Amino acid sequence: MALFEVNDLNVKFQTNDGTVSAVNGVTFKVNEGDTLAIVGESGSGKSQTAFAAIGLLARNGRASGSVKWDGQEILNLPEAKLNKIRSSEIAMIFQDPMTSLNPFMRVSEQMEEVLTLHRGMSRRAARTECVRMLDAVRIPDANARITMYPHEFSGGMRQRIMIAMSLLCRPRLLIADEPTTALDVTVQAQIMDLLRDIKDEFNTALILITHDLGIVAGSCERTMVMYGGRIMERGTTAEIFATPTHPYTLGLLEAVPRLDRKEDVLPTIPGEPPDMMKGFVGCPFEPRCPLAIDLCKAEAPALEWFSDSRVRACHRKPEDVA
Amino acid sequence: MSDTPLLKVEDLRVTFAIRPRNAWPWTPSKDLHAVGGVSFELEKGETLGIVGESGSGKSTVARAIINTIPSSGGRVMWKGEDLLQMSKENRRQHRQAAQMVFQDPLAALNPRMKVGEIIAEPLITHAPDTSKAEVRRRVGELMERVGLLPNQVNRYPHEFSGGQCQRIGIARALILNPELVICDEPVSALDVSVQAQVINLLSELQRDLGLSLIFIAHDLSVVKHISDRILVMYLGNVMEMADADTLIDNPVHPYTRSLVQAVPIPDPVVELARKHPVLEGDLPSPLSPPSGCVFRTRCPVAQPSCAQGRPIMQQIAPGHTSACPITAQERIAEALR
Repeated sequence: MALFEVNDLNVKFQTNDGTVSAVNGVTFKVNEGDTLAIVGESGSGKSQTAFAAIGLLARNGRASGSVKWDGQEILNLPEAKLNKIRSSEIAMIFQDPMTSLNPFMRVSEQMEEVLTLHRGMSRRAARTECVRMLDAVRIPDANARITMYPHEFSGGMRQRIMIAMSLLCRPRLLIADEPTTALDVTVQAQIMDLLRDIKDEFNTALILITHDLGIVAGSCERTMVMYGGRIMERGTTAEIFATPTHPYTLGLLEAVPRLDRKEDVLPTIPGEPPDMMKGFVGCPFEPRCPLAIDLCKAEAPALEWFSDSRVRACHRKPEDVA
Repeated sequence: MSDTPLLKVEDLRVTFAIRPRNAWPWTPSKDLHAVGGVSFELEKGETLGIVGESGSGKSTVARAIINTIPSSGGRVMWKGEDLLQMSKENRRQHRQAAQMVFQDPLAALNPRMKVGEIIAEPLITHAPDTSKAEVRRRVGELMERVGLLPNQVNRYPHEFSGGQCQRIGIARALILNPELVICDEPVSALDVSVQAQVINLLSELQRDLGLSLIFIAHDLSVVKHISDRILVMYLGNVMEMADADTLIDNPVHPYTRSLVQAVPIPDPVVELARKHPVLEGDLPSPLSPPSGCVFRTRCPVAQPSCAQGRPIMQQIAPGHTSACPITAQERIAEALR
């Protein structure tokens, strides 16, 4: 049985300008100790998929479908029951650590709170555990620095604190939403290194939401590519990068300048990411797709298995793409 | 034309006075050395990339070149003439000839002006006698050139996507036929698929119009793609400068090496096989930079001698300079062997 199973997840937002379908029919599984990357550009629905799955949607959002945690249905569960799972089994870290830490509370108070509330630990025991965890995420001199306020730490250190905090209850799944986007490259390397170590040490499953294909290549076993609220392609990272079978994946991989290559002109995907307000009947990538046929405009392709480990949603055959 | 470069920056220094928080009115303010001695030359038609992490002073250099931030030392020579001692007329010409493209495309455009007005504004300011018909013709021409539809001229910035807004910013920078365009993180706010379009547009324009380009970014892969030469900055100081391929394939300075190794490559086969010695620690505070070499606190090869005296740029090969005496010696010894 999979640890975390999302089936046909749909997310709709009611806005003043009408209903927006942010996520359509997203399906995936995460097993114990797995690493899955959800890759996509802005508006692809990658973050909303994760938010909806663990019940963190904005008020005007409605999720339908099925999300199973350890075999138990958790989609649209009442807040109190969800909190039990979210506190101890699923943890999430966000892009901007400063907005997720309370600026008025010392780091020690914020971290201890997690353990005293969810685990019923004493303050003293909680403090010891928190310092140990800060040590584990390699914050130097953790014992002294734990009483500092978030603004006294650098961006990279704050992200470490967030990671430490999310690990306090030993979650079995960690969802990281663009954890390094706000950080410098050398600090990004530190944080990704840390996440890899933590995954090995605690055997935590990881869902990494990102737009950066470089990070995915180095740290995730499986990859799911999203565009316009739909899955374009899903499979092992090695296969997806080596033989992309969806025109969008192919275009995306080629459009990124690479340090180890000398390219004269970057191949580009024409046009702009879709305006999700408008909604579409067919494949969301159709207006930008070099291989689009009439069918693509009329009907959205279904997700189909085409090997043991891969699914794709495209009307064209895999061999036409590469 | 003589062989004076278009732009020559000599030991440029920019210092900001920072008032400590909760200080008494008579407490002297502290000096923050945002840029501590940067030198480079830029030829006509050349693209210079400036990379560095946040706080490295790369944007401050750009602003000092177009004279929107006063420099506190050193010289910026525009076609052989010192920027600070220019006559009023020459300074006006420099302002027209050096233009800038900014990071956040939407924030750089006035939300209450129509796109046509935004693009035309520099022309109307600097050449007020231009006839309306001529302005309209130039705006239309430029919009087409940067990949916008000329019939969108009466729309407002919010009606455009990020990539299109960046194209508007580029059109505005080009309307005065500049010789130098400084792009400060022009693609970092854009989606990957759109980023490639804007990079291609910039290099195409640079080639076709013979522009000189200063391309500032934190993303080394992007900078490498577009630049002829790259300047690496750290905490206000130049670490290394070389042509783009040499800098990536054969970096000398330990900081450049760490930077190159830290950039992930979107290919699992290559990426998983690479060595990733992670650079420890964070950027020190620019208010109290380390003595001697500013990188020494995080440097993997630092020695006690690094704490004494600011390192000077040493030539490794023609056109390749580095500020690390230790690795420079190794490299030179290797070359001799």
